[in-house]
Amino acid sequence: MSEPAAAVRLTYREAARQGLRAALASDPRVFLMGEDVGRYGGCYAVTKGLLQEFGPERVRDTPLSESAFVGAGIGAAIAGMRPIVEIMTVNFSLLALDQILNNAATLCHMSGGQVNVPLVIRMATGAGRQLAAQHSHSLEGWYAHIPGLRVVAPGTIDDARFMLGAALACPDPVLLFEHIVLYNMEGELTAGLASADIDHAAIRRAGRDVVLMTYGGSLHKCLAAAAALASEGIEAEVLDLRTLRPLDDAAIMDSVRRTHRVVIVDEGWRSGSVAAEVTTRIVEQAFYDLDAPVARVCTAEVPIPYPKHLEDAALPSPERIRETVQRLLARGGAS
Amino acid sequence: MGTVKDTEIRTRVLEIITSIAPDVDPATIDPELDLRDQFDFDSMDRLHLAAAISEAFRIAIPEQDYPQLSALQKACEYVAKKLG
Amino acid sequence: MQVDFHLPSLGADMESATLVQWLKKPGEAVHRGEAIAVVETAKGLIDIECFDEAVVGSLIVQPGTKVPVGAVLAQLLSETAGAPPPAKAAVPTPAAAAPARLSPAPLAAAPGGRARISPAARRRAHELGVSVEALERAGAGIVHLEDVEHLAAQAKPPAPDARDAMRIAIGNAMARSKREIPHYYLADTVDFSTARDWLASYNAKVPVGERILEGLLIVKAVALAAARCSGFNGYCRDGRFEPASAVNVGTAIAVRGGGLVAPALLGADRKDLPALMREFSDLVTRVRSGHMRSGEFTAATITVTALGEEGAELLWPIINPPQVAIVGSGRIALQPWVHEGAVVARPVLSLSLAADHRVTDGRAGSRFLRTIAELLATPAKL
Repeated sequence: MSEPAAAVRLTYREAARQGLRAALASDPRVFLMGEDVGRYGGCYAVTKGLLQEFGPERVRDTPLSESAFVGAGIGAAIAGMRPIVEIMTVNFSLLALDQILNNAATLCHMSGGQVNVPLVIRMATGAGRQLAAQHSHSLEGWYAHIPGLRVVAPGTIDDARFMLGAALACPDPVLLFEHIVLYNMEGELTAGLASADIDHAAIRRAGRDVVLMTYGGSLHKCLAAAAALASEGIEAEVLDLRTLRPLDDAAIMDSVRRTHRVVIVDEGWRSGSVAAEVTTRIVEQAFYDLDAPVARVCTAEVPIPYPKHLEDAALPSPERIRETVQRLLARGGAS
Repeated sequence: MGTVKDTEIRTRVLEIITSIAPDVDPATIDPELDLRDQFDFDSMDRLHLAAAISEAFRIAIPEQDYPQLSALQKACEYVAKKLG
Repeated sequence: MQVDFHLPSLGADMESATLVQWLKKPGEAVHRGEAIAVVETAKGLIDIECFDEAVVGSLIVQPGTKVPVGAVLAQLLSETAGAPPPAKAAVPTPAAAAPARLSPAPLAAAPGGRARISPAARRRAHELGVSVEALERAGAGIVHLEDVEHLAAQAKPPAPDARDAMRIAIGNAMARSKREIPHYYLADTVDFSTARDWLASYNAKVPVGERILEGLLIVKAVALAAARCSGFNGYCRDGRFEPASAVNVGTAIAVRGGGLVAPALLGADRKDLPALMREFSDLVTRVRSGHMRSGEFTAATITVTALGEEGAELLWPIINPPQVAIVGSGRIALQPWVHEGAVVARPVLSLSLAADHRVTDGRAGSRFLRTIAELLATPAKL
């Protein structure tokens, strides 16, 4: 986890795998645990080859019981290990919700600080692969609601490689969300980069007329929308939130102050979402910098459809983002 | 309106006027009106005008003839007369 | 105002519909969102709503008529509907930020009349001193940042242009001069005939481009006199006179369109007339075309100002601080003059002097003027 990566071309999946390998190689307390992470190589092939490289003590296949193995991970963390628990997707984390909320997030507080739970939970998240209503959730917002947890969403190759390391260094539980449509995304690791922080948002594209705030699987959609808008003379800033709990208020307000118009793109449903929270914080902290109401582009408030054209219609898309920006920039700025 | 030569003379004289007074728009020059009245041409401007016309058309202009250069039309006629 | 009510499209593949029934009569009020008519389409009977607060004017299409999508069904009278898009008070500034703006459906002004001003616009209005009332008058609908900027720009007096700036600067200098310098004034009339005759014969012998203006004789004479008579060439600062070693004569040159500058002819007492004339000619050309050099403005140690042929007989000039004297020459005109006991017509020049009484007095000033007159009487020596 120490030497800087060369600027090579790789997929998000491979970057995540490199992050895991580096963690396993550099700290003997780190081990990996989850359904099909070992022999099968991981549901999304992220952990492929790791069992062969590090052995069954470090890469452990678990029974099909999220509550049990997340609980075991919590226990291991309390006992001084640095477990990386993989929950196959966020959809299945619901079965471990009590463990995550009532144990992992809360034991430090309930023990008066005597017990830390330095647990990292990795989860695939999001929609776009026609996995239908029960397997397409984006629940990052739910978890970002809970004190005691940190929630991060790597949206770039660099973050896929290095956020894990930063998460492992945290004494408290960190949930790390990898969006399923990003796994095949190709790109280059930034040369000379050796780490990432999980405390700050990042401006992925500087702009002037509006800011698109987003995270995870919606980042590349915002960048595509910004490129399309640029050809119309609209310069959109793209702010990658990166950490959903705690939110980087300073970065958010700074973008608002400079652009005066905000579109938040969030794959969760908008009611009670990350987008809703960011909007409220903007109203609280940068109200007088707003030249128009805050707009949100979220998933339609329906269970995620199975047929492709309906799934695509329900999710945020570069086109919907672009149209929202145009409406926002028109007089009145109603979304 | 007059010969080709007259047109050339007028063009040259206009050029001279605008080079002396670059802030004057040639389209606004009334050919009959005294340049002093139109554009505040002072003694220096008039001397420059006479010098430039003298040089451009290679004619001698005695001081007592200066009043004949006081307006665009008069100046063109003077030059035409001098050129014979 | 009168507004057309069109048959809306109720589906992507809808092309026409038949009006079945009007739900409102002429003169009846219809509220936003209220059904105004029933139409029949391929999908069945559909109520169509009105999106304005309006009163029904006239019903144009009769029940039973099939009309295409977009056809005008009725005319409504509305306070707010169809109002021109809220005063687009700002033309988007080209190079700066504003992207292409869509003009949306006009928003009805909020009932109760509270102006809808964005928070950023309100704050900017406060910063710029644009009143909220002015914002409300800006038009129905939303007031944005750019509207406030535009309003503020309109309210601001236009920035003074270069000419105004010059006027202001001249005014300031002259006001200061009058305030701080105790002026005294003297004048003399001078027989200019010798100078004029000499110059005419000189000019007759040279091509036009080398001829010398009468005013330059005066400048040279003043320069020579200033070198000979102390107290008129230099600066008075903090009440102390600092004589200047060179005589740099500031020559007042009018800038066409208003304004006056007085750049200096450096070392004018040491230069012959042709050289002075060349320099002066060049100065005027550069003043006219705006290519003056800053040094030329600060170097003058005494100023000469002439009104020329159209000017008054006599002028009372104002000293250019920190100089201590200024010589004015009025119109040179034929006047009756006594020569050897007889009255003759002679070109006569009125020379005036304004000088700083902290440095010189009337006697010195008289001597100065007399020196100038004597020099003009021997023009060949200028």
